Amino acid sequence: MGKLYLELIRIRFLTMLAYRVNYYSGIIIYNINIGAYYFLWGAIYGGQKNLAGMTVEQMTAYVAIAWMSRAFYFNNIDQEIAQEVRDGKVAIEMIRPYNYLTVKAAQALGEGIFRFLVFALPGMILVSFFLPFSFPSTWGAWGNYLTSLLLAFVINTEINLLTGVLTFFLFRNEGIMFAKRVVVDLLSGLILPISFFPIWAQAIMNYLPFQAINYYPSMIFAGAVGPEKAGEVILLQIIWVVILLLPISLLWRLARRKMIVQGG
Amino acid sequence: MIEIKGLEKEFRIHQARPGLAGAFRDLFNREYKTVKAVDDISFQVEAGEIFALIGENGAGKSTTIKMMTGILTPSGGEMKINGFVPYKQREEYVKSIGVVFGQRSQLWWDLSPLESFRLLKSVYKVEGKEGDAWLDRLVEELEINSFVSQPVRKLSLGQRMRCEVAASLIHRPQLLFLDEPTVGLDVLVKQKIREFLRNLNETEKMTVLLTTHDVSDIEALCKRVLVMDKGKLIFDGLLADLREKWGNGTEVVFQFKAKTTVEQVRAVLGDMPCELSRENEYSIRIKIQRSQEMLPYVLSTVMSSFDVSDVKMVETNTEDIVRNIYSTKDEVVAHG
Repeated sequence: MGKLYLELIRIRFLTMLAYRVNYYSGIIIYNINIGAYYFLWGAIYGGQKNLAGMTVEQMTAYVAIAWMSRAFYFNNIDQEIAQEVRDGKVAIEMIRPYNYLTVKAAQALGEGIFRFLVFALPGMILVSFFLPFSFPSTWGAWGNYLTSLLLAFVINTEINLLTGVLTFFLFRNEGIMFAKRVVVDLLSGLILPISFFPIWAQAIMNYLPFQAINYYPSMIFAGAVGPEKAGEVILLQIIWVVILLLPISLLWRLARRKMIVQGG
Repeated sequence: MIEIKGLEKEFRIHQARPGLAGAFRDLFNREYKTVKAVDDISFQVEAGEIFALIGENGAGKSTTIKMMTGILTPSGGEMKINGFVPYKQREEYVKSIGVVFGQRSQLWWDLSPLESFRLLKSVYKVEGKEGDAWLDRLVEELEINSFVSQPVRKLSLGQRMRCEVAASLIHRPQLLFLDEPTVGLDVLVKQKIREFLRNLNETEKMTVLLTTHDVSDIEALCKRVLVMDKGKLIFDGLLADLREKWGNGTEVVFQFKAKTTVEQVRAVLGDMPCELSRENEYSIRIKIQRSQEMLPYVLSTVMSSFDVSDVKMVETNTEDIVRNIYSTKDEVVAHG
């Protein structure tokens, strides 16, 4: 079974490479995003040294890290699922001896590895020339970050699978998918670090899975979460991974029974 | 091999209310109508058969195939194929079947068929020399060697379809489903695919189920035909029997050496239930409804009573039969 998923990841890698323009423009888009947030935060800070306990240098580093993490965990499999349900291609997936959702997750991983290696890493190296920015110094910190990032990927993919599978019931759910995208970007700490939210909002967000997607791994990378607390954060992520499996398997079972194949 | 008993599939279809006010009401409270797409179907198939499932658009063929391939879950009835219950043991079951959807590609659009085959090999865990030899044989017999490394998006429909057939057979399934495999293909490609399928059925004893609108597919490949209409199975039997049941019967045109009238021939045949009509002074057309029993009698009687110079048999082809079934549907349903 492992061989199959490796092959799926490889194929996704190949299809992403097939479009050269995508590949080059991807690198540029990452740098534009990071650059835009750099200037935006510079303007927000104005002359001030410190906002919500973060210096302007820490903030720009945070933005760059958050975008690098996003390159890995971000994927569009919910839209892919919706597309495949709408044009009936899901029928082809159902005649294969594998679990459709697991395969989608494997494809997303292939995409994530691709984006991380060819968009984010070169982008980061480029950015590190212009921004005051330091990579984790110990192997342990790197290990913690990568573990946390992988779990962030799993949690985000699970949320995407949930919104994707909803297509089986709602048929058109672009609205939900778009809302999810905005909510994930905002509440995961990509646009605004969690410490900038009001206290009551932070309290609510502790009970939501979103900050496990970006805030946790980024804080580990930046060193704001030390090695002693990193284990705790990773455990929290694992708990979310397990909790989210439940509604997915439930919805999927219902979807299998309700499935209608479009066209013919 | 295939056992199906009382298979049913119901769909709930949303009924939109008319007008703007209706659309607003639909926001809060929707009306649904239940439609039986497949209604109490039963049949059995032995290993090694090639058989066709035909019917008009919306007759329930595709839904039936989708239930048989494990894609859809039936609303009722029993089904066992290759020893599996398709919708319950889907992942195990689909390893024993191959499926070609004529309207839907299973190849990766941006990759070459060869890359797709490679991926399918690991999907189905086809390994070793045997698997390679089998793939080589598919490539050779379908004559796809010259374009198998080009991206799928650059292939013509005929080329792509042959690659689709190869892709569906990579794991050497015992049972092959073809859902309208020849739609839009030219005659040469059609022939090539048919020949290939026939050969596969003979050498590998592969069971083949075909749905099609193309009557020549059925004539070239199938002995057995199932006809569906409005979700019900209205015929299950040999193609020859189908011809007999709904065909216009057989027509025999006799050419006589001397001038012969209809009355003279009728006198010889007695009150045989057949229609006689005059072609010209020397020629008479006899239309027989149930050919198998009556044809020899008619032939021998006429031949021994008159001087016959030529006999021509006109058999209705399947195309006419299908048209007959579709046009006399109400009557057919009453019979069924």
